Order: sequence, then C-alpha cells, then structure tokens
Amino acid sequence: MSILINKDTKVITQGITGQTGLFHTKGALDYGTQMVGGVTPGKGGTNVDITLENGDTKSLPVFNTVREAVDATGATVSVIYVPPAFAADSIMEAVEAELDLVICITEGIPVLDMVRVKRYMEGKKTRLIGPNCPGVITPDEIKIGIMPGYIHRKGHVGVVSRSGTLTYEAVHQLTTRGIGQSTAVGIGGDPVKGSEFIDILSLFNEDPDTYAVIMIGEIGGTAEEEAAEWIKANMTKPVVGFIGGATAPPGKRMGHAGAIISGGKGTASEKIATLEACGIKVAPTPSDMGSTLVGVLEEKGLLEKCKTH
Amino acid sequence: MNIHEYQGKEVLKQYGVVVPEGKVAFTVDEAVEAAKELGTSVVVVKAQIHAGGRGKAGGVKVAKNLDEVRAYASEILGKVLVTHQTGPEGKEVKRLLIEQGCDIKKEYYVGVVVDRATGCVVMMASEEGGMDIEEVAEHSPEKIIKEVVDPAVGLLPFQAQRLAYAINIPKELIRKTVQFMTALYTAFVEKDCSIAEINPLVVTGDGNVMALDAKLNFDSNALYRHKDIQALRDLDEEDAKEIEASKYDLSYIALDGNIGCMVNGAGLAMATMDIIKHFGGEPANFLDVGGGATKEKVTEAFKILLSDDNVKGIFVNIFGGIMRCDVIAEGVVAAARELGLQRPLVVRLEGTNVELGKQILNESGLNLVAADSMSDGAQKIVALVK
Repeated sequence: MSILINKDTKVITQGITGQTGLFHTKGALDYGTQMVGGVTPGKGGTNVDITLENGDTKSLPVFNTVREAVDATGATVSVIYVPPAFAADSIMEAVEAELDLVICITEGIPVLDMVRVKRYMEGKKTRLIGPNCPGVITPDEIKIGIMPGYIHRKGHVGVVSRSGTLTYEAVHQLTTRGIGQSTAVGIGGDPVKGSEFIDILSLFNEDPDTYAVIMIGEIGGTAEEEAAEWIKANMTKPVVGFIGGATAPPGKRMGHAGAIISGGKGTASEKIATLEACGIKVAPTPSDMGSTLVGVLEEKGLLEKCKTH
Repeated sequence: MNIHEYQGKEVLKQYGVVVPEGKVAFTVDEAVEAAKELGTSVVVVKAQIHAGGRGKAGGVKVAKNLDEVRAYASEILGKVLVTHQTGPEGKEVKRLLIEQGCDIKKEYYVGVVVDRATGCVVMMASEEGGMDIEEVAEHSPEKIIKEVVDPAVGLLPFQAQRLAYAINIPKELIRKTVQFMTALYTAFVEKDCSIAEINPLVVTGDGNVMALDAKLNFDSNALYRHKDIQALRDLDEEDAKEIEASKYDLSYIALDGNIGCMVNGAGLAMATMDIIKHFGGEPANFLDVGGGATKEKVTEAFKILLSDDNVKGIFVNIFGGIMRCDVIAEGVVAAARELGLQRPLVVRLEGTNVELGKQILNESGLNLVAADSMSDGAQKIVALVK
C-alpha cells in the first residue's frame, strides 16, 4: 500500500513535448511508471518516441487537450511541466477533465494565479499537489516528478515536505539506515498551493502500510503549526519533524516564494516550539532527520517493522 | 520587487486611489521647483528609500516655505538614513518626494496581502493608523479587522463598508472610503502585488480620504506581464551581488557571516545555513543554484561568492537530483582555476553521478576538503575559517 499513487496508476504529462516534460517523462518510464500519453496544444495526433535506459523505445500519443488524453488513455493522474505563465490554466484544464490527482512541478507561477486556481477547484473532485514541488514517489512502483528515484527504497515511512532537495536528504538518510519509504510527497514551496501538510498526513494516517512519518517544514506561514495541532488530535502514528530556516533573517525571501518571515510570524523557533509542544520530536539539524526518526521508532518498538533492507 | 513611495502612489493613482499631489526630485533645485509648482503653503519633503521608518530617522520634514524646502532637501539628499529596516549600514537618500501638505484629521491603516491559510486576498484595516502595524497585531490584534476576498467576485462593496464602519471612519466619508478600498483592491490584483500597505490612510479637514504613504511590493513571478512595473526597479536599492546573481537566475541573499554557501534547492540552502550556525559558524549568504544549473551557472555562482571579501571559506552542499554532481564539480573546478582559490573549500556531493563528481574534484589538484554528510561538511568549514 501507499498513498496517492501506485503501480497501477496511469499518468499523462502536460507539456510532454517541452524539454523538461520530455526529460522527466523518460525518467518516470525508466522507473516503471505507467506513462500513457501527454498533452501539448497544437501537437495533438503526433507521437513522442522515447528511448529508455534499457534500450527499448516507448511511443506515447500526444493530444491537444487533457479531456481527449483522458478519454483515449484512461489516465487518472497528470503531471504538469508547462512554463509558469501557462501552468495555472493547465491545472484548471486537468481539474475540468476530472482527474483524480494533478501534480504540478512548475516553479514560478504568479501567486494570484494560484488564488484563482484554488477557487476554481472548490467543490471539484481533483486533488492538486504543488506547484513548485518535486512530485510524488511510491518507491519501486511509481515515480511522478523530478526526484532521483534510486535513493528511495520501498518501505513504511511516509515523507512529506515543502522542500525538494531536503526531501531527498531525508529519504537518503532513511535509506542508508535500512528504512524504506511508503510514499514521499513534496507539497511545494509556494504560499498558495494545492495540498497542505494536513491533507497528506491524514492520508498517511489511513494507510495501513505507513508506520511513521517525517514532516519537513520551513519558515513562513503557519502550516506546520496547524499540522502539529492536527497531529496531536488525530494522528495514530509517530511523526518527527524538521524546520528549515532557523537562521533566515526576517523580510528576506529565501528562494521559495513561501519561505519568508513577515510580520514577526512564521519563524523557525515558533514552529519548532509548537511541534514539540504537540509531542513531535524535531531533528536539531538537517543531518539528524534520519537518526531522530530511528530514535522515535526504537522508542515505540517500530524499528524492526520499519527495517526493510 | 519593491518600488519607491512616489512610484507606488503613481501606480495607485491610475486606479483612482486618492493620493496627495507630489513630485519626485533628484536634486535640491528640482525639489524647490517641485514645491513651487505644487503651490501649497506647506509641503512635505520625504526621503525615498526602500525601507520603512524614514520619519523617525529624520527622512521626512514639513516645510512652510521655499527656503525651508531648500534647507531640508539639502539636508536629506545624500544623507544615510538608518532605520529598523535598513540595517546598521543604512541607505543613502538619492530621491525625494515633494508633496503637498494636508490637514490630517485622523490616521488609519489599510493593507492588502495574499493570505496563505485561506488561499485568498485579504484586506485588513485598523483604526490604529500611522503606527507599526506589526506592533498593533501583537498587542491588540482585535483592532485589526479583516475581510477575505472571493477571487471570483472581488472585494464587494459591503465588505469595504464593513471595514470602514469597523474602523470608525466618519459617517459622511464612508462612501469615499469604500471607493478608496475598491480601487486599492483592483490595483493590487491587476498589478500582481504581493503587499499593498497604506499606512496611514488619512481623512482630511476638507473631507478627503487619501493615502498619505504607500508601500507596494510586487510578485516577482508575475513581473513578466507588467513591463511598466519592471521599469520602476531601482538597482541602487538592491545589493550588487544579488543583482549579479539574478542575471544568472541564481537565488542569492547576502547575510552577515563569513562562510559562503552554494547549495541546490531553497530548502536545502536554508538548512545548510542552519547547520553552519548550529556548529558555531556564520553563513555569509543564501545561495540556491536551482535544479537545472549548468557549468556556467555554477561558475558564476562561485564568482559571486569569491567576490565577497567577508567570505573566509566556502561550503558547497549539493544533493543532485536533476542537478548532476559531475556538472557541479566541473563548475567548481572551472571557477576555482579561473579565479585562483585562496580560501578553504569544503565540498559535499550526494546524488546523481556522485562518483564521477568526486573523481573530477579529486583529479583537479585543487586544495579542497571532501565531506561525507551535511554535518561533516559544516563542521569542517566552521573549523577551517576559525
């Protein structure tokens, strides 16, 4: 088991003929993801031929619209690599086509575009992950996004994070300690986004194959604090945390559009204090994410169950 | 992106937000000329820098005649203002806003932001105008009234009215205040602002509702569709290294420490600063080289780090996903050769093509220290710069 996606999930790429879209569609296919087609307006009716690592060639149909792609392929998930100026429209098109899940990798979407997207999505069935995120991976089954697949191992620890490379760091620390992952989800570094920590935590909570979770937050906003309160009230599995940006000065945007301390709010120390008050162990440094989790697993008697290799 | 107050007022005016008449001046003579043209008995001479707290730092003066305008303009132009937002080094004043004085009856606060929790634009208003709104938020949050705006319909008149009543705007000025707020919201959305703050909003003796100050910030992701706003960028107000970095699409923020950092990914870059500090060092910068960096980009990033004399050592921390470790290694080697590396360099590489990357570094003959993990690397660089 896993959350959001598994080996049976059929995926289309929006922006498949672009350089980035093509590169990562190949990466997904190499990992074993069932990529079934793509969308690029104006290129409908053509095919993209992708040569895989193992030498095979895979030919994927390209469609003008998401609707056509879904009707023809039965895809339930789309991943978006279109440029930021057009990405909001692409998300809404995927929502209109009633996909279960849309994962938007694109970085740099104007925040007011995302405000409109959120409003458009109200009452609709689609779940959005991102934008400005690395994607989602269920190890050994399916990879949708830009993460390096080989650092992951199948297992029982869920990972949810606002940061891409910090997710890889956490996964790597788990894998090198013999602890596999159920699913790793990057929710993205933008202030207005599709899924928040709580949305993903509740999925991990319900997933019988996830025994514990690492939650990686950063400065800006109050999503970590809200998640901490939610965990305290609802989560039946241990969660450990890390918060990046303890040394970030106020008023400076740290790369991510969402990573900014404004009005004295959103500081790392506030977040860490709330997490700890809610019973969540927080790794003192980013190098200690794995060891902190191991410590908690040991304490709860879960370490053996989580050892996968 | 930030702009100056006078520019912000010009933008707002296009949308019908009422602002005092004013003109920008770059010299003392221009300031006097502007005051003459305004022709009011009292004018205000306001320093234009991208930082708040100008009044307290002596950057805002009320002049009652042209001689005073000349005197204040000479005093403020070229002066280095130190406010709570400029840092101890302060900011030199190069532009003035010469503005008509007005008869202020009462000051209020109006601000517009994008609220993460609701994913919507929120307009905030307070009767405690002219004060530091962050202090108001801390000590008497009940005095800040908020309206969440549905993006499908925009700020509705009843919402603006509700705000106006809640902050006790005089009855006869409610209609003007609603117009003001509606225009402010429209400007915010149409120009892709990230913050629009009117502090203070004033009601005047002659029955006007106007923006006495205006702070506009713009969403840098949306600047591509606002050429007019891009043109307002004032490079004098930005850090030279940050400007250089932005040319190469690198995300760089200068800090006060002495350990230069080069990292891929914003989260990892922040975490790298944190771990340096954890082991007793001080980061000199935040630098995210991004996901798809080329050898050239890495070289430029390295040059920016080395151009900072405060940097006593460099820590490269890369977790290669899309970013391949061999590309990083080649960039580091190229930059170090070109610039002559005299300062300690610690490199931690992990991820795609890590072995190849390490091999390139090892065979380069460069004097660098390899690290096995983030904490190992951080401890090594901290020790080396001591």
